[in-house]
Amino acid sequence: MYITDRKRAMGLGAAGSGTEHHWQVTVTSYALLLLVPLFVVVVGLGIGLPYLEARAYFGRPIPAIVTGLTIVVGLVHYHLGFRVLVEDYVQGHARQLGIIGGICLSYALIGAALWAILRLALI
Amino acid sequence: MADVNRGHRPLSPHLSVYKPQITSISSILIRITGNALIVTAVLLVWWLLGLATGPEAFETPHRLLTSWFGDLVLVLSVLGLWYHTLGGARHLLWDTGRGLEIVTAERLGWGCVVGSVVLTVLTVIFFAVI
Repeated sequence: MYITDRKRAMGLGAAGSGTEHHWQVTVTSYALLLLVPLFVVVVGLGIGLPYLEARAYFGRPIPAIVTGLTIVVGLVHYHLGFRVLVEDYVQGHARQLGIIGGICLSYALIGAALWAILRLALI
Repeated sequence: MADVNRGHRPLSPHLSVYKPQITSISSILIRITGNALIVTAVLLVWWLLGLATGPEAFETPHRLLTSWFGDLVLVLSVLGLWYHTLGGARHLLWDTGRGLEIVTAERLGWGCVVGSVVLTVLTVIFFAVI
């Protein structure tokens, strides 16, 4: 059977798979380019407020949505980057545990943050 | 077979064999700032959890973040965040095939370092004035 050079090379990169990781990092990077400046202003204005004022502030649409989106996209971006850090410096089972730990920590923080923001915004 | 060595291949990059230069230093700083920001994320989520839970739960993270130590952590976080953002923007530019000449790449490296400090100073001034 004849296969073209391209077909034979597909999926045989150094990682043995495609470019999904790089693509996900790129998409989240573009999103964060917009979100991060908004996040710095929004969170900077909210942190330091007294309890009741801070509650009211983070219940408003813009602070709640910007904070929530940045935490979700930022932490997904984080576990993608942390994975490469682990892959560069750690081997064997510790590598697997490191990658799993990074992903789990990210989603744990996302879950906790979303619960908090939803409670502030919707109750 | 090649698979004999599976799982025990040499690690990269070997930082110690490179002569420090702005291109490599500015790249390493992206990794350091990006990963260090997890501390900021944990602190912020703790603060949000406290805020959503009640005044007692809010007390400790609020006191921490509004102390001098909290100010220090937040200013360093902003510096890291701006640096990582500029460094990331540089990578997005490089991904389009632009700015890869050595002179340009070195300028962009210094741009990230200087730019992040300038943006941090502007951020601190903004919140001091407001």
